[in-house]
Amino acid sequence: MNDRAGAASLVTSLPALMEAGLRGPAVPAGRAWRLRLAAVVGFLALWSLASGLVVLLRLFNPIFLPGPWVVVGAVIDLAVKGQLWGHVAATLERVVLGFATGALLAVGLGLPAGYFRPLRNLVEPIVELLRPIPPLAMLPLFIVWVGIGETSKVGFITYATFFPMFLTTVHAVRQIDPLLLRAAQSLGAHRLSLFARVILPAALPDLLTGLRLGLALAFFVIVISEFIGAEQGLGFLINDGRNFFLVPQMLGAAIVLGLLGYAGNALVRLGERHLLRWQSPS
Amino acid sequence: MSSAVTRFAALLAVLSLWAAIAHGNARLGVVNPVLLPTPAEVVAVGVQSARDGELLRHVLTSLARVAQGFGLAAVAALGLGIVAGMCAPLRLMVEPVVEFVRPIPPLAFLPMFLVWFGLEEASKVAFIGYTTFFPMFVAIAASVLRADVMLLRAAASLGASRADLIRRVVLPASLPGIIVALRLGVGLALFVIVGAEFMGADAGLGHLIMEGRTFFNPAQIVMGALLLGLLGSLINALLLAAERRALRWRAAA
Amino acid sequence: MAGHTSRERGGLEGAAPAPSSKKGLEGAAAAPSNKKIQIRRVSKSFGAAGRTAPALVDIDLEVADREFVCLLGPSGCGKSTLLNIVAGFLAPSAGTVLVDGQAVTTPGADRGVVFQEYVLFPWLTVAGNVEFGLVLKGLAAAQRRAVVARYLDLVGLGAHAEKFPVQLSGGMKQRVAIARALANNPAIILMDEPFGALDAQTREVLQDELSRIQRLEHKTILFVTHSIREAVYLADRVVVMTSAPGRLKQVFPIKLPDLRDRFAPEFTQYESEITRVVKEEVAKVHP
Repeated sequence: MNDRAGAASLVTSLPALMEAGLRGPAVPAGRAWRLRLAAVVGFLALWSLASGLVVLLRLFNPIFLPGPWVVVGAVIDLAVKGQLWGHVAATLERVVLGFATGALLAVGLGLPAGYFRPLRNLVEPIVELLRPIPPLAMLPLFIVWVGIGETSKVGFITYATFFPMFLTTVHAVRQIDPLLLRAAQSLGAHRLSLFARVILPAALPDLLTGLRLGLALAFFVIVISEFIGAEQGLGFLINDGRNFFLVPQMLGAAIVLGLLGYAGNALVRLGERHLLRWQSPS
Repeated sequence: MSSAVTRFAALLAVLSLWAAIAHGNARLGVVNPVLLPTPAEVVAVGVQSARDGELLRHVLTSLARVAQGFGLAAVAALGLGIVAGMCAPLRLMVEPVVEFVRPIPPLAFLPMFLVWFGLEEASKVAFIGYTTFFPMFVAIAASVLRADVMLLRAAASLGASRADLIRRVVLPASLPGIIVALRLGVGLALFVIVGAEFMGADAGLGHLIMEGRTFFNPAQIVMGALLLGLLGSLINALLLAAERRALRWRAAA
Repeated sequence: MAGHTSRERGGLEGAAPAPSSKKGLEGAAAAPSNKKIQIRRVSKSFGAAGRTAPALVDIDLEVADREFVCLLGPSGCGKSTLLNIVAGFLAPSAGTVLVDGQAVTTPGADRGVVFQEYVLFPWLTVAGNVEFGLVLKGLAAAQRRAVVARYLDLVGLGAHAEKFPVQLSGGMKQRVAIARALANNPAIILMDEPFGALDAQTREVLQDELSRIQRLEHKTILFVTHSIREAVYLADRVVVMTSAPGRLKQVFPIKLPDLRDRFAPEFTQYESEITRVVKEEVAKVHP
């Protein structure tokens, strides 16, 4: 195989461009792994170096740039002391409850709205009016209405996640190829059986994607509601750290939150792969 | 019925519904009428604030933060994104960092930015910049990467050198995707600015909305929220128009 | 493959086109055995190390200057791969391709390409597309305009210079692609099933167009197709390839006048002869 020289030069070489476009020749798996590992190690090294330099050269108060090991240490510390779990649980509970409620409403309303035009015409104006408003803007309203307890947080997440999930659900139904419906009807499917056996499965891929995005959104907005008026939760941990400049705690809690979000996303993807087996049978 | 007419009718319907519920509640006293402001009350708050000149100040403050934060992030995302699209080793190295940062909600870093930059404008601008940079960078790099190899081949067989290919094929071909990425960034900035102004700010629409909570004035909250929605729609419409102009060739009628 | 061995591999230097055909206004000035493209023992395999699948095996072929050669064969026989190698888009696994005696490894303005999917630059107008190569060469605007006008008129699209590709039909797009390739004045034009995406009527119209253009421009053309009719209509020589892995099966010089009649008995005779040979190969793909 002729040498592509794509490894030597930085920008993909002309022969490689001609063969495979900008992606260049497929980087062999081994090399790709090594590059990624180098990147992670490099990132951590750079971070450590930066924080070390701050201390060494007395650039500013080292509290502002703790090294990676300090951050990890803070998280482990909280975990060992047993405090971390309470906060994680609080955040998860709110996210799960809020998301589940929002999803139930969105799918429960979205599926029929996708199918029945009159219902859609009824609901869509309200949705269209509220959609341009960033949901975060409504958070203080929830607090004024329901106080700063759990209800307002869960309610807020429900509100924030409802709209995008509702819209994707409606879209999921509307994009179903009408020929599929006709084929099923000519085979005797009507109403309930049509819904259960054709509409639901056909809408499922887009619907699940919408749910996944809704879950990400739930994690996105939970933080801000935990900044304001909370005694527990990862968001609370982050904001509370401000008082005493507990930057490692702030960064650590953010990372834990990221991990939770990642796990949630992976879970839904797992569900997707199972429910949508027919899309890519191995 | 044209779409614009139906929309207008729908808007009126919603407004009437709202007014009906709010006035009805005021009459019947189901909940504290302060909690359910009527459209008239909301408008009144807005007018009042506009008269003081306060409203304009808050709007401009928010917009300035968005513009500066987005502007910085856009320049960085364009520069780095285009280069990353063309340089595979750079891509592979940046990828793990991006994947690491991506699941962490940007708002989780807001307190950090307040610690780092204090309560000045810089903290909000830096935060908006951080929030919008990564999604735009990823989208732009992806768009550059997607440049059709057939277009590259066609240009090469017309005599294009590698530099020609980048300048005359890759960049124009990835422009639609780049514009989408920028629009995404603006949307994200507008989404997040409110939250950023809840804490550690004494100006801006987010602050105005939070004030509504502090002084138990839901009408102010609703006013601020609606105004935000309006601004967002306007900006989005402007961006779409600009996009259509720049990409005339896509749907020439 | 008894009876065909003498035609395979060994002596496939195509017979030079008989001097009586194809010279038109130039008379017999062109040297008939001027080898424009030389494909020497080219092989190509795809796949990662250890799991390669051969697409082309030991191709030896020469195309003379101003000759119109068709590569014909069943799906998967590697004809497009061979064209891509000559174009410089792919590197051969073995062997070389020489153009005017020089080895080719990358694409170049000396070998224009017309693709099946047109591949026009969507952000440029028709005129912008046609002048693309000229802009790269640094021609002045006035000169470019003249060249663009000439070739757009040649393909019958003079009135559409300011349209965008998205506004054109398939046939029109392909004409623009042909004009674009011609405007750059390459000596060689490589065409990869250029009319494959068009309906039957448009296809025949464009075949007539191409025939007419070739009688005016006299380019060296390597044309890939799976339509026997199209090959007999257009080519000086038809090269039939085997099914995968692709080798050269048989070469048919076509001794027909420049302006061909699709219903003439000689035409039909070539068609049947070639069809018989091709069917042998097709049977291997679809037993």
